[in-house]
Amino acid sequence: MSRHSILRVVAKFMIPYILLFGLYVQFHGDFGPGGGFQAGVIFAAAFILYALVYGVETARKVFPSWATRLLLAGGVLLYAGTGVAGILLGGNYLDYNVLASTPLAGQHYGIILVEFGVGMTVCATMVTVFFVFAGQDH
Amino acid sequence: MVIISFAIIRIRRLFAVVILTGIFSLLAAVLYVVLAAVVSTLLMLATLSLTANVEKAHKGWKPIPLLIVIVTGGLLIWGTLDMPLYGDPEAPANKHVAPRYINDSMGEVGMPNIVTSVLASYRSFDTLGEVVVIFTAGIGVLILLGRGHNRWRPGQSSRVAPIRREEDV
Repeated sequence: MSRHSILRVVAKFMIPYILLFGLYVQFHGDFGPGGGFQAGVIFAAAFILYALVYGVETARKVFPSWATRLLLAGGVLLYAGTGVAGILLGGNYLDYNVLASTPLAGQHYGIILVEFGVGMTVCATMVTVFFVFAGQDH
Repeated sequence: MVIISFAIIRIRRLFAVVILTGIFSLLAAVLYVVLAAVVSTLLMLATLSLTANVEKAHKGWKPIPLLIVIVTGGLLIWGTLDMPLYGDPEAPANKHVAPRYINDSMGEVGMPNIVTSVLASYRSFDTLGEVVVIFTAGIGVLILLGRGHNRWRPGQSSRVAPIRREEDV
């Protein structure tokens, strides 16, 4: 798609805002609509748009396979690790109350960490599935 | 949506069918406020670029599939007859734990967004399972379609039938 200059310019213009909106949905999920699942998909949509306009090979340079695999596993590990941190600090598995000095602050930290883990895994899965499908030979 | 469904059945050109499916899921998302995965349309398009884009013609009509569809549809409609109305405050689903979430979640979790506190705190185990499901899906796609080198058998691609070796995907 090297000839469609309008498409390229508009996509380049929109991608930062899509990424920013994804981060907003991720970290504002405890006050407004949003959360890790939605944010992950929105964040991945920016990379998919980039891959659609500039080609999968170029997008692979931006988001290499080691990065997607790291995020894919890191999200689940972050989620499960938050649970283990609860055990180490004297609570139950995935008990956020003990993560900070007060239960409410602990819940806040726990939810932010867990949602971030969800977002990482969802984003990496979406990007991986698209790149692997779209990168097949013809 | 009914019109689109019939169009999907009738049209033989798969490209049009994929686009219509996308419109269908978008309409469903707008009507029922569900977050349908519109990404699937993209994946269908990507798949379509690899395969033929005209459906194979099949002739004659078979009565048994139609019968199964009618019976299953009838059973599903029959099953919804004694369900409570959508959004009924007296429905059993709204009487069980929902009052606790609405009344106490601000004091127990402290999130203005009850959905988030239910998803990430009260039902944390459930969400962990969902994340693992998504993780498994991603790993599965990588295993089936990814073309990384096989670490255990050097010189051999991890694909079942290697077409040509490349860097990793």
